[in-house]
Amino acid sequence: MDLSFAKEDEDYRREVRAWLRRNLPKRSEDAEGGELTLGDPRRIAEAKAWQRKLHDAGYVATGWPKEYGGQGASLVRQSILNEEMVLSRAPAPIGMMGLQMLGPTLINLGTDEQKQRHLPHILTAEELWCQGYSEPGSGSDLASLKTRAEIDGDFFVVNGQKVWTSTAQFADWMFCLVRTDPAAPKHKGISYLLVDMRSPGITVRPLVQMTGQAGFNEVFFDNVRVPRRNLVGKLNEGWLVANATLSHERNMLASTTRTQQLMGDLLRLAKQRSRDGAPVLRDPVARQHLADLQIRVEAMKYHSLRQLSDGIHGRPAGIGASVNKLVTTELNHDICAAALEILGSHAGLLKTSPHVEDRGVWPTDWMFTLGMIIGGGTSQIQKNIIAERGLGMPRGA
Amino acid sequence: MDFGLTADQQMLAETARQFLAAEATPRTVRRIADDPQGFSPELNRKVAEQGWPGLLVPESLGGLGLGLLDAAVLLGELGRSLAPVPFLSSGVLATSLLLSAGSTAQKKAWLPRLASGELTATVAWLEESEWLDPAGVTLRARRARERLRLSGAKRFVVDAQVADLLIVAARTGAGSGPAGVTLLLVPRDTPGLTVVPLPSIDRTRRFFEVAFDDVAIDTAQVLGAEGKGWRPLENLLDVACVAIAAESQGGAERALEMAVEYSKVREQFGRPIGSFQAVKHMAAECLAEIEPSRSLVWYAAWAQQEIPRDASRAASMAKARLGEVYSRVTNTAVQMHGGIGFTWEHDMHFWFKRAKQNEMWFGAPAWHRERVARESGW
Repeated sequence: MDLSFAKEDEDYRREVRAWLRRNLPKRSEDAEGGELTLGDPRRIAEAKAWQRKLHDAGYVATGWPKEYGGQGASLVRQSILNEEMVLSRAPAPIGMMGLQMLGPTLINLGTDEQKQRHLPHILTAEELWCQGYSEPGSGSDLASLKTRAEIDGDFFVVNGQKVWTSTAQFADWMFCLVRTDPAAPKHKGISYLLVDMRSPGITVRPLVQMTGQAGFNEVFFDNVRVPRRNLVGKLNEGWLVANATLSHERNMLASTTRTQQLMGDLLRLAKQRSRDGAPVLRDPVARQHLADLQIRVEAMKYHSLRQLSDGIHGRPAGIGASVNKLVTTELNHDICAAALEILGSHAGLLKTSPHVEDRGVWPTDWMFTLGMIIGGGTSQIQKNIIAERGLGMPRGA
Repeated sequence: MDFGLTADQQMLAETARQFLAAEATPRTVRRIADDPQGFSPELNRKVAEQGWPGLLVPESLGGLGLGLLDAAVLLGELGRSLAPVPFLSSGVLATSLLLSAGSTAQKKAWLPRLASGELTATVAWLEESEWLDPAGVTLRARRARERLRLSGAKRFVVDAQVADLLIVAARTGAGSGPAGVTLLLVPRDTPGLTVVPLPSIDRTRRFFEVAFDDVAIDTAQVLGAEGKGWRPLENLLDVACVAIAAESQGGAERALEMAVEYSKVREQFGRPIGSFQAVKHMAAECLAEIEPSRSLVWYAAWAQQEIPRDASRAASMAKARLGEVYSRVTNTAVQMHGGIGFTWEHDMHFWFKRAKQNEMWFGAPAWHRERVARESGW
């Protein structure tokens, strides 16, 4: 057991931290708690510029192979960069979908033409991507999706609808799952397409989340023509391509650094707020609750370190990613709920209200974290996966 | 950077698991649990042959010279099997106290014999109040000329019925603070010492009251220095937390395994009960707790030596968390077995009871959470 990092990696961490300190963009009015808020489209140019800056400094897609514009960085370095970004509350790159999901997919399964056409623009945020997976009738049962793509000469003609499509309102492209063979068993009739969002026939309608932000959208396809060369992988084998992307998403959603940061913010709040004339942090009942959360957070911290180590040393990951997603998202929500308990009647105040604490991040994060429990595979789906793939329990209704 | 077990540690785990699967089957465990003495000399002898009693003892004194993380690995396997052997009491707790408090001569006199399995020892610390702070040590050792005389009682002394040697925390000084706590080496067969069984739900690891009726103690029997017993006890608390947590981790894993296996086989409504989502979710929730808690135990064990300033906090984190996880998992495991999980005849209740005992012994989760808060500087 060895928790130390190599000197070069510690140097890297110091370098990243210093760069971020010098170069962090000023917090914009709409930014909350470091999470990138894209409700206001005016922020998009700023956000692209920030990613551009990160890219120029070599802090974007570091894990991509060098030949595609990455650094082939080790898992340790990728993890260090991610941690420092979170700790400094830096805005996440606006091109996250492309960087973490589509990019690696194209690198592994795309044609050379697709790689050349898209990867450079993903890195610089010149082109932004959204994910067209879920549909009104296909959420947890994604494979039941119905958006249809029929072949017409050199094109697919796409008809249907996607939902919960984050960032579709300003994305340039969409990676999209479509049904190309309705007669086949559902997993075997799906294809993975790259769709230009400027194509005629696409309509994007923002959906407002309970947080008040239009964080995701409905996207309608009305005879949208997609060149056949935009097929990734083989026809009707899109499910395999998609699964590669889904496991990236699961890991992306479950950073324990953010959980540790939230816990630190909670403790700070508990120190600042009073109950019966003393800081909440001194109250015996609060201490029990906070200590329990702290213990759960640290267990996840060491769980992540263990997963990172397994990755570094080539040991099988098992269902660690699903456990991560399940536990981390629920823990984040519990931490926010604990903050609201401390805030008492002040819990619901928004940033525009007098007497609001912490710029109103807590009620917003409390809601946002519930969304994270549901998105990327609900907790119930994660439990099914853990039981079936992790414990070998029999499938069946 | 490698947060994981070494090849040697993995080997230790595998070897132990195989050994225990052969020598401490559930049937054997049940037989020993039903035995009036509650231990098997034959099993203890075979365990001694593995070298385990000396795991923490330096090689120069006949042991394996390994550390607490290695002990935690072994304890995980013992927790899996519930083998009624005195490893935790003698190989970990008593041995640790001898190592931290004993003089060179005392270590030489006792540790080789513990390491070989010739003798076993146990620690007598808790009393009626169960307080784990200095005020909890009230057992008086009065000075009477060159000797000390011990009168009073200790409770929750584990494995006292087999221990040849008891390490007793007594009070030689005035007041109720740390100064004045003295550790005494008391052979079980000392006149005036009585071991009284405290029958409890867990028959695989037994608690005893030890009554001292004007027991005569020589000065040579003071472990380390008179009045200097508190610091080693304080360290021992952290060791105990880690040891109990490690044992609980193994037990929780085994309990879930049993329940999941049963759910694949037991059919109702024309299908295995494990195919029902409600049952899957019960099991998945257990695994989601067990996976991270394993890493927490490893960290806590490793931190005792490697990050001493975090040792107490880490130990209490592990104790609090595993206490609740093991109890929750065994509760779920019993329920997954349905009615038969509730029977004496089925083995499930052994883990269920060990879980609850481990949760409460040496400080309940709430006490340890407060300790975490204090150690965190809140």
